[in-house]
Amino acid sequence: MTMLMRVAAKCASAAAVAAVLVSAALPARADTLAEIEKAKVVRIAVPQDFAPFGSVGPDLQPRGYDIDMANYIAKQLGVKVELVPVSSANRIAYLQTHKVDLVISSLGKNPEREKVIDFSAPYAPFFSGVYGLKGEGVADAAGLAGKTAGATRGSIEEQELTRLVPASTTVKRYEDNNATVSAFISGQVDYIATGNTVAAAVAEKSPSRKPELKFIIKDSPCYVGLNKDEPALLAKVNAIIAKAKADGTLAGFSETWLKAPLPANF
Amino acid sequence: MIQHLNFGDLLPYWDVFARGLLFTIVLTLTSTVAGLTLGTAGAWARTFGPRWAGALTRAYVEIIRNTPFIVQLFFIFFGLPALGVKLSENTAAFIAMVVNLGAYSTEIIRAGIEAVPKGHLEAGASLAMSRWEIFRHIVLKPAIMNVYPALSSQIIIVMLGSAVVSQISAEDLTYAANYIQSRNFRAFEVYIVAALLYLLLAIGLRALLRGIGRAIFPKG
Repeated sequence: MTMLMRVAAKCASAAAVAAVLVSAALPARADTLAEIEKAKVVRIAVPQDFAPFGSVGPDLQPRGYDIDMANYIAKQLGVKVELVPVSSANRIAYLQTHKVDLVISSLGKNPEREKVIDFSAPYAPFFSGVYGLKGEGVADAAGLAGKTAGATRGSIEEQELTRLVPASTTVKRYEDNNATVSAFISGQVDYIATGNTVAAAVAEKSPSRKPELKFIIKDSPCYVGLNKDEPALLAKVNAIIAKAKADGTLAGFSETWLKAPLPANF
Repeated sequence: MIQHLNFGDLLPYWDVFARGLLFTIVLTLTSTVAGLTLGTAGAWARTFGPRWAGALTRAYVEIIRNTPFIVQLFFIFFGLPALGVKLSENTAAFIAMVVNLGAYSTEIIRAGIEAVPKGHLEAGASLAMSRWEIFRHIVLKPAIMNVYPALSSQIIIVMLGSAVVSQISAEDLTYAANYIQSRNFRAFEVYIVAALLYLLLAIGLRALLRGIGRAIFPKG
């Protein structure tokens, strides 16, 4: 046996052992809902660095839209909640390795993610839109004809805005988010294209020029993420979200954290 | 990973570059004329003008020369609207450039004035010329001739500094480069072209200023 072959054989047997271990660790068919009800605790991954969805408050406790949602779901399940802080890079890995039961971490849906995890119904609005002052009647991109709108150069909002607006619209492109926001607050532009979380922050800091949503240019709402093959848990979470939507809980979260009502089509 | 240079990706944007270049040229030329006029007035105030005008000019020069250009620009564009003065980005860029060049050229021209021999002023006075006539006919031309190279350099510096006006969405050459870069992500190629255009602009401007110098001061 040459050296190379010995190494290859070792690697192969190590891989075989690893495969056995992994398959032993993952139950063939899980019923996480039953496990949650038995343990009387639900483990939920939440962001801690993404205000207003999840951040650390002045009292060092996590707070935000996602935190409120996690607490609400635990309450509806009748169990205690264990909040697990995650980053946007590791939140799906936490779910896949069963370190958490649910991910409520401003998670958007895309085909790559749908291959590996399941998604609930949307629980939070997350979108880019064109914002203007209250009472200005602009309902779509065509309504911006002859007007001036600002956006951050190179951002997804700026590219979508450039694509959507008629030729008579002037698009002012600023270097960064702060300059775009400053341009709106100082009145240099009356319309800006930006994310709803940015608009929420502006509304809080600049009550005299409060941005109001005119129309949405790119919608990417947040979903609760859960492992595949969990029909009972998925149905339960969806029922809770439907209830929260119907009884105004989500509208309340939206007003509290996003400083705006839920969009009409949500 | 080394990407291969591909200047072909810039071709669809040549008109963006052209518009940006034209904007920078027009902005530089107009603000140079206005800035030098302001600087000449400032130098007059500091040497021949009444005491209060000299003090006022001195404060202006100190404030502008000791604060960053970008802060001056942001103050004019984002700050002044709070006082009810709302300027378009082009006007704000023009005013910031004029105010900036005005302050620096005030000091440069003042130095030139002080280098004019006292005897020339006395000669003017002995011909019963007024202070204004002495300034206008005896002092000004040799004063500017004394400092013409320094003045030319300052104009080039202001032209290159104008790149900053892209920050308030004025559509100059740097804005064009940033815009193209945000569309095709060819940062290396875009900024090489922008740098070369600035270099050509600086060389051209220097040649133009030298030509003007030769015409005004024939033997200098």
